[in-house]
Parts: sequence; structure tokens; C-alpha cells
Amino acid sequence: MNPTLEQLSEHFGRLTTGTASAVVQVADPALKGYHLDVTVAPSLVVEAAGVADRAGFALDAVTGVDWLAQNEMEVVYDYFHPESPLRVVVRTRIPRAEPELPTIAGVFAGANWHERETHDFFGIRFTGHPNLKPFLLPEDATFHPLLKDYKP
Amino acid sequence: MIAQKDLIPVDNGGDPTKETFVLNLGPQHPAAHGVLRVLLTMDGEWIQRAEPVIGYIHRMHEKMGENRTWAKFLPNTSRIDYLSAMHYTHAFVGAVERAAKIEVPVRAEYARVITSELNRISSHMVWWGALLLDLGGFTPILYAFDDREKILDLLEALCGARLTYCYYRFGGLYNDVDDAFLKGTRDFVAHMKPRLKMYRELVTDNIILRKRLTGIGPLSADLCRRYGATGPVIRGAGVAYDVRRAEPYSVYPKLEFKIPTYPEADSMARYLVRMDEMEQSLFIIEQALDQIPTGPFIGKVPRVLKLPVGDTCYAVEAARGRFMVRIVSDGKEIPYRVKLRTPSFSNLSLYEEASKGMILPDALAMMGSLDLVIPDIDR
Amino acid sequence: MNFLQTEPIRILLYLVGICAFVGANAAYLVLAERKGAGRIQRRPGPNEAGFGGLLQPLADGIKLLAKQVMVPPGTDALLFRAAPLLVMAPPLMCLAMIPFSDSITARSLNVGLLFVFSFGSINVMALMLGGWASRNKFAIISSARVVSQNVAYEIPMLLVVITLLMVTGTMDLNEIIQQQGGGFWKWNLFKVWVNPLMPVTFVIFFICMLAETNRAPFDMAEAESELVAGAFTEYGGMGFGVFFMAEYANIVVGCSLATVLFLGGWQSPIGVLSGGLWGAGWFLLKLYALIFTVIWIRWTFPRTQFYSLLNLSWKILIPISLFTLLLTGAMMKLPVVYNHFF
Repeated sequence: MNPTLEQLSEHFGRLTTGTASAVVQVADPALKGYHLDVTVAPSLVVEAAGVADRAGFALDAVTGVDWLAQNEMEVVYDYFHPESPLRVVVRTRIPRAEPELPTIAGVFAGANWHERETHDFFGIRFTGHPNLKPFLLPEDATFHPLLKDYKP
Repeated sequence: MIAQKDLIPVDNGGDPTKETFVLNLGPQHPAAHGVLRVLLTMDGEWIQRAEPVIGYIHRMHEKMGENRTWAKFLPNTSRIDYLSAMHYTHAFVGAVERAAKIEVPVRAEYARVITSELNRISSHMVWWGALLLDLGGFTPILYAFDDREKILDLLEALCGARLTYCYYRFGGLYNDVDDAFLKGTRDFVAHMKPRLKMYRELVTDNIILRKRLTGIGPLSADLCRRYGATGPVIRGAGVAYDVRRAEPYSVYPKLEFKIPTYPEADSMARYLVRMDEMEQSLFIIEQALDQIPTGPFIGKVPRVLKLPVGDTCYAVEAARGRFMVRIVSDGKEIPYRVKLRTPSFSNLSLYEEASKGMILPDALAMMGSLDLVIPDIDR
Repeated sequence: MNFLQTEPIRILLYLVGICAFVGANAAYLVLAERKGAGRIQRRPGPNEAGFGGLLQPLADGIKLLAKQVMVPPGTDALLFRAAPLLVMAPPLMCLAMIPFSDSITARSLNVGLLFVFSFGSINVMALMLGGWASRNKFAIISSARVVSQNVAYEIPMLLVVITLLMVTGTMDLNEIIQQQGGGFWKWNLFKVWVNPLMPVTFVIFFICMLAETNRAPFDMAEAESELVAGAFTEYGGMGFGVFFMAEYANIVVGCSLATVLFLGGWQSPIGVLSGGLWGAGWFLLKLYALIFTVIWIRWTFPRTQFYSLLNLSWKILIPISLFTLLLTGAMMKLPVVYNHFF
């Protein structure tokens, strides 16, 4: 029942927008801490979450990384499997000027809070998110502290 | 007399049976451990919607990580979940060691396991006392703190801190475990075993406790999976997920222990999982004490630590579940990004869905069985 | 001596006596409770003020008196202030009926038991008023709980008392005690030839007494881990102090009643040395043994769930007490029926 690494890379590899398909890399867990590194186009994150969901993965975390030099923002979705020792990382890059991504809260309910947090810290807007209010920051916060050009 | 202007208009849509009110539980409430605030929409004593409001103790540890060196961020990690500081420093130390490919001496790994498991027991003792306090039993917490005190004394002698330990270092430990600590730990194991038996007979088998917890707050395995709940919460749902086995780290592969699971998925299952875990921790400590070799306690670490470019994850089984550190390095002395994935955050996120339709005391009993530490959620 | 026995002086003396008794008990039971809790929790308890902590109640009292009684805005100020008075009055009235010895009773009425129960029921109203007048959501939830809890437990308690009345045939508390004289086997608790379930009746009475006085494990009114401080959330200073003292005064009344009805009141357990001050000694001994049990239970058990509390009353205690009522009736009529036919 539990997916093998090959099946997973195949499932993730099949994701495609028509022009760009997912890049799947197998990583050494002893060096990286995860088994599969999947890079997808921003529009594919929901489908990637669907693949993970059908394979029985659980959501570990959603987080961002601000790559100021490349003028891009990376959003990283970590998944772990409760029943088999497998870890998958799904990443996507969005332009810094317009940080917008579809939400995966419809697939993994737990993403609701993680995405709110990411919105707080990076200002990434998750379209379709049920409740994108400030979460850890004060209600009236207009800043995003984890941006590399953030000056307190 | 109440003036008319003081009355809050009630919105019931013209139907008085649908009248609800908002109960603001916390951030200063005796049942909310720490500064957790829950906005409850209540129908009498039944909860229609419970919305946790967090962030009251948010300290932005992740930003702090981005403007100090790897080693200087280490003490921060023990402030995230102050009740299981050892596990948290272990994860950060482990992530850096994994990225920089630092070898850790075996003696240090064993010492890490012993201190981690001691910390797990002390954390569970606090949870146990606090849960019973939530249920209105005042006495157990003093017994729990009595036992916890013994652990704190041991760890204080070892690393100088009683709560926010910073005992692990990249490549090993701050100082060596001495014979006094090893003997003290042995004595503690001998002391704790009959105590756990006593707690089982006195508290766990109490009919009021059983009635308060059995069947209350079921969190199914699928719910836990969708929200990423880990630790005793998912093990209480019958899933044998334990990071010590799923992503083996340190010397846990060399040690024997059972992963306690209960399929009932209710608060009692989570309670029993933690009670069993303490026994397993004692068992692990005993083995580690028997197996700990002599040798150096710290490996070779460069004076100026620069990590290779790229990201690395390291997860540990903290007292509350899976704690993962994701570090991103751009090759400098200072981290580019530190992501702290904390277990209480995910464990609380399912509260809104799970508490729907529950009665207030039951919802609080369930909250107690989740074992929340608020700084762990807010970071 | 004659002067002391004139009616107005007698009433005045008893009034002062009862107030002093209730006050001293309330103050020192708090200390006893804290000391007992300390003992159970392996810590010393209060031991700084006075000799080994003996002046602690005084220190607490002064502290509470020195605090301002806050009336939060928007509350019903009259009811808010009246509730602590109303909660203290019933136990004072009830204690006037309790015979401490064959010669020490404030007022002996032939309907003493009825008097005690009718005044005991006011207690719940006072708590409800306090909760309602506070205009606090926690307090209102708590007062709703108090009412349903007290109504639920009044019924089995009264059924048990009716069972007992069938045995005693009188409502005069002193007479009830006199019937139990001559050794502990004559106490109502052990009258198994009248009703084999008599010890069970006592247990039911004791449980109901715990629930009526809102004591742990049935302390739904206060339930501080759920409702902050329940009906007392908005009270501070002596307003809270009076509620607190009333709780202990109610325990004293409840335990005295249990002593009178089931444990032979001032009667000696060995049949001799029952009169006068000896009787008072026996009475207090039994009373404090019961009070200690109440304290012991509080520091041992967690709080029950509210609906299992109601289930316990409606589904277990009421059927059992109804059954004992029927059984007692049947057993009392049995000899009559026997004599009639044979």
C-alpha cells in the first residue's frame, strides 16, 4: 500500500502544465533529510499536494525563502509519511514583485495555518485561502519581517 | 441596574433557539496553558466554533536566526519549547552537523540520547500534572514536579541550566557526562519505575479520570494526517509514527524500544501513549547507560563554521511530536533561512475542526490531552 | 442562672454562639483544608503566620477585608451585593436547629428537619443571583450549572430523608438522636433490620451532600480550569471571602445533618457518657471526621464531567433511593400484614 520511491518519482514526474513539467530529484536522506526533491511550476502546487495526499503523505510545513538576489521567492512544501519512512519536498518559485500562489488548504486542512504564517512573514498571497488574516504578527501589522529587504 | 446602552444586541436571525454567544477564553485563563486565546462561539455550553488566536508570545526566532552565526543561534532553539529544550537543540545541532558533515563521537551521541530521554520524561511529567489540573485534580502535579525536580537537578549539575538547556554543541557536547551523572541517572530510573506504577494505580485507573477522557475528543488518523499532527496525538490514533524510527537519528537505531500506540484515538489514548512513553524512555535510558562507551565527547569542528550552499532538514521526536529544522545556507557564516517546524503548531491547528459540537469541559480536556506549549506554537 | 435562661438572653447567646461557631469553623476549616491538602501533597502547607500557621486565617481575613469590593460596571449592583449575604444566611439559620448535645440546641422545633432543608435550598438561589448579577459569561454558565446540579441532587437527598423519616417517625432532630441511643449498632446507619440498604442510603446522602455544597469532585460552580472561578469570577475582597466562608459553613451544616440523621448525633458509640459536654464532644468528633473525609475527597479526585454528574443523579441515585424508599415501606408494613393474616 505504501508508495515506493520509484512510484512517487513517477507520480510527481507526470505533473505538467503543458510547457513545464516537474523536476524530480532523488536525494540522499543521510545528507539532506529528505528522499525526494520535486520542483514544480507555481500553478502545479495544488496538484502536487494532491499527489502527496493520495500517496498518504501528511503535511509537515509550508514555508518561504526570500531569494533577493534572483528577485524570486521560493515556497517549500514539506511532506512526511506517517506510515513509511519517506520525506518529500515540493518547491516552487514565484516572482518577488507579485508573490501569489494557489492555496493547498483544500487538500491539506493543516496548510491553512502554515499559509497564514507564510503570508505574515513573506507577504505571499495564497489565492483561495479561507482566512488570510494576520496570524502571529499583530492584527495591524503591515510589514513582512522575513523579507530580506525588511528594515525594522 | 443594567442600562439599555450596556446591552449587547443579539443576532439570532429571529430564532431564539439559534442564539449563540462568544466566549473569550484566554489569553489569561487558568485552563489555557500560557497565553493561548480561543474565541468560542457557544450555544449554551456547546461549542459551535473554536478559533484559536495565537501570536501573543511570538518572538520571531526565525528572523533572529538570519542575523547571527550558526553557533549563536543555538541557545534560541532551547527557548522555543522550554519544556523539551534538549530535543530542540538536538534538531538544530543535528541539522548543522548533517550539512557540514561533522562527525559526532559515539559517547556524545549516547549522552544526547540519555539527556533527551530524561527531558522527555520531565516534559511528560509537566503535561501529566497540568492535564490533571485541567480536570480538577490538584494533587498529581505536586508529585509530578517532585519527580521532575530530580531530573532537573541531574541536568543542572551537567549543563548548568534547569529549563533552557544548551548542552549540545556542533560535533558533540558542552562537557562530558561524569560518573556522578551516570550514577544519578541510574538511581533516578530505579526511583521512577515504582512511581509510574503508583501513578497508574492511583490516577490512571481512577474512574472519574477514565470517564473524563474515554471517548472524548476523537482525533482520527486521517484528521491527524491532514493537519500534520504528530507525536502522542498521532500515536494515540493508532499510527506508529515516531521520528526516532521513521527518520533514525543519533544512536536510536541501536536501542530497543516499543512505539506505544492506541487505536481508540480519544483523549484517553493520548494519555496512555504518554504514560507508556515514559516507561519506554526509562528503558532506553537503561540501555544507553549500559552501552555508553568511553572516548571523546566532542569531535573536530572548524572554528569558523561555514555551511555548504543548499538546504538541509533534520527532524527529531520531541516530547510533543515531530520537530523539524530546515536550514538554508548560502555559504556564509550566518544562516540564510532557518525554518522551525514545531509540533504544537500542527497539533493545535486541528483544534477548530475537532472541537466542533463539543461541550466546554470536554473541549478543555481535549486541549489538555494535546499537550500544548504556547511558545512552541508562536515561536 | 435564672437570668441566663430568660428567653431574650437565651436567643441572644445562641445567636452569638452560632455566629462564632460558623465564623471560627469557616476560618479554621480553610486552614485545616490547606494543611490537609499540604499533607496529601507532601508539602507543609501554610506555616509562617502565627504558631505553625495558626494565625493564617486571621491574616487572610485582614487581607480580604482591606480589599475594595469592586462592583463591575453594568452589573446589577443590588443583587451583586446581596448575593454574598444571601449565601451566608441559610447555613446560619440551619445551625440553629442542630442539636450539639442533649442540652445545647439554639431552637428545638418539632419540624427541625423540614426547617433545615427549606433553608438549605436558598443557597442555590444565592449562587445563581451572584452569577447572574455579575454579568459575566463564565458566571452565567456557572449559575446555570449550579441550578441544574442542585435540583438534580435535591431529589435523591429528599427521597433518602423521607426513607429515614419513615423509620424515625419524627422531624424533631433531638428526638431522632434520642432514638439512636445505646451504642453504635443502634445508629440509623446500622439499622439493617429496618432496611438492609441503610448504609447505601447513607452513602447516597453523603454524595448528595457533596453535590449540594458544590464540593469536589462536584465543584461545577467554581470549576476554575473551565469557568475561571464560576459564579465568583467578578467577586473580590470580602465579597469573595463570604462566598468562600459560606462554602465551609454549608459543609458544616451538611456534615452535622449527616451526623444527626445517620451517626447518632451526640450519642456515644459505646452507650455510656452521652450527656452534656460529653455529647458535644462526640458530636464534634463525628462531625470533624466527616468534614475530614470531605477534604480528603477533594484533594484526591479530579472533577467529574457535568453530564455524568447529572447522569449519576437521575439514572443511578434517584432509582436507588426510590427503591430503598419502597423497601423500607414494605418492610415496615410486613409485620402488620403478617399479623393480620396469621
